[in-house]
Amino acid sequence: MAEKILMKGNEAIAYAAINCGCDGYFGYPITPQSEVMETLMKEKPWETTGMVVLQAESETSSINMVYGGACCGKKVMTSSSSPGISLMCEGISYLAGAELPCLVVNVMRGGPGLGTIQPSQGDYFQTTKGGGHGDYRNIVLAPASAQDMYDFVDLGFELAFKYRNPAIILGDGVIGQMMEKVELRPAKARRTDEEIKKLCASWATIGKTADRKANTITSLALEADVQERFNIKLQKKYAEIEANEVRYSTYKTEDAEHLIVAFGCMSRICENVVELAREQGIKLGLLRPITLFPYPKAAIDALVPQLKSIMSVELNAGQMIEDIRLISNGRVPVNFYGRQGGMVPSPEEIFEAFIKTIK
Amino acid sequence: MDIKDIIKPENKVYGKTPLLKDAILHYCPGCSHGTVHKIIAEIIEEMGIQDRTIGISPVGCSVFAYNYLDIDWQQAAHGRAPALATATKRLMPDKYVFTYQGDGDLASIGTAEIMHACNRGENIVVIFINNAIYGMTGGQMVPTTLLGQVTATTPYGRQADLNGYPLKITELIAQLEGTCYVTRQSVQNPAAVRKTKKAIRKAFENSMMKKGTSFVEVVSTCNSGWKIPPVQANKWMEENMFPFYPLGDMKDR
Amino acid sequence: MALKGAIVVDTERCKGCSVCIANCPTGTIALSKEVNSKGYNYLYMANPDNCTGCTNCATVCPDAVITVYRVKL
Repeated sequence: MAEKILMKGNEAIAYAAINCGCDGYFGYPITPQSEVMETLMKEKPWETTGMVVLQAESETSSINMVYGGACCGKKVMTSSSSPGISLMCEGISYLAGAELPCLVVNVMRGGPGLGTIQPSQGDYFQTTKGGGHGDYRNIVLAPASAQDMYDFVDLGFELAFKYRNPAIILGDGVIGQMMEKVELRPAKARRTDEEIKKLCASWATIGKTADRKANTITSLALEADVQERFNIKLQKKYAEIEANEVRYSTYKTEDAEHLIVAFGCMSRICENVVELAREQGIKLGLLRPITLFPYPKAAIDALVPQLKSIMSVELNAGQMIEDIRLISNGRVPVNFYGRQGGMVPSPEEIFEAFIKTIK
Repeated sequence: MDIKDIIKPENKVYGKTPLLKDAILHYCPGCSHGTVHKIIAEIIEEMGIQDRTIGISPVGCSVFAYNYLDIDWQQAAHGRAPALATATKRLMPDKYVFTYQGDGDLASIGTAEIMHACNRGENIVVIFINNAIYGMTGGQMVPTTLLGQVTATTPYGRQADLNGYPLKITELIAQLEGTCYVTRQSVQNPAAVRKTKKAIRKAFENSMMKKGTSFVEVVSTCNSGWKIPPVQANKWMEENMFPFYPLGDMKDR
Repeated sequence: MALKGAIVVDTERCKGCSVCIANCPTGTIALSKEVNSKGYNYLYMANPDNCTGCTNCATVCPDAVITVYRVKL
């Protein structure tokens, strides 16, 4: 029987990092996610697995430390919350542009600006559309439980290395702070120098040996046609990710006439909304995207013919709804309910809003 | 004696190091970058550490350093090289890790990163090319630009009340406990080149002795930015920059 | 013991910056009146007999275009 431990979502990130053989964490304190680094410091993994844990002087420095570590073929990560992630966006663009694998955790808080420390989902645009400059995407995983926070660290690294692209765990303050039972997974050792050489010698900066040309990690191109060819290569990569890595779950959608789409903590609250509707004989179902990029377009598209309405429920002013509207493409009305600033709605509040949309 | 008798392989006393790739340097004629690149390449060759050295290039004219020195390179965002170097050295402590940064990169946008990497005493080498100007972007003022110096953004000469004072960042860095070797050199004549080579060699050796950060500033010229030809630019540097940025070791633990 | 030297210049890569000339102690080198394919006047030994192979020129050259040879007489 696997061990289950009661822990916060933020703590789960830290334990999972050590457990899955992460080589380095570089971070900066910011509410509501400072427990990630605090837990790592308490665990002292440098004494057990040799993992490097370093508090940087800023988020800007953190993401650039991640960049340097990623250049070396190492499993490296950082975590922050909304304003800090904004600071990291330059670095994330560079990581994507240099085709480097890494994991970034965003425990979202209310914005814009300094905002609040209470939870939000206001960084959906930023995270799923890139966030920094240029045409790139992040692989985005949306946890809805402390277990997800734990499991998505290993999954995030797998996907990041599979595609040589940044992966982002887009949690919200609720998931980061709530305490739940988390089942621990079998530990993975940190990769040895030989394993890294085998996996990454074609691109990583691990020391130019006589058997190969020097590796350069850069995102710079002086000629426009070179840069275009690189962008086309990136787009092919994203198409591959969209074809292969979609993850989502459904709740009572088989006979649904109305659909709620919600991610993260909102997906759990909306399960109760489905129950409230069903009690009144309304055939409501829920689709929870687990990957926000790639987005479960085909899954929603397949449901459209049977639906009379879709509602996007988010802790923001309406971001994911735009993606759903694109999928619906005018076939079915797509409505919205959301709260901002950290005001988390109750199932009853959402249900009332839903009823209004179908009257 | 006929010249044919002198030019024989056995008589060769100095040539281009194989650690410099075949690519033609894009730098302007007389640019100090080329000389410093050459020095670093010779050191890596002499120490036999090509397979164990990681260079980190900045944004600036020398962003393309990776085209010239035949080692693995990481190209960093503007000012961020010390952060990359921090992670690289901590994750691969058996490698020689150095950053190569200009004055706009290190002393302007990258001030936080260099201060904190040095404050943490990262076991890296920092090569700081100070020519008092942003070269790549067309000759604008940098924090190390001298008072009265004319640049693209100080067309009437730098004024203290508008732009503050030239930043002696190396002196600030020398005060940090985490640094073990802080020195200021130049490359405008053979004696200076040899001193710089000694300094950078010492810095490389330090980085494996867990003594902290070695910081080598090379006061340099920017012929295009200053709009002075190379030989005269070296003279201008000696007459104007050396008095303000004096050469020599500030710290050597 | 006298030293006798000579240099070989990669004339195509020389940019005519003249820092080498400013540092030659024997007045051996000068800029040629010819230009290379980039349009730079390149370095050449104007007074080859003066060369002692001191390597000053090659040491300061930013483009590593000079190879130095030396014999002891």
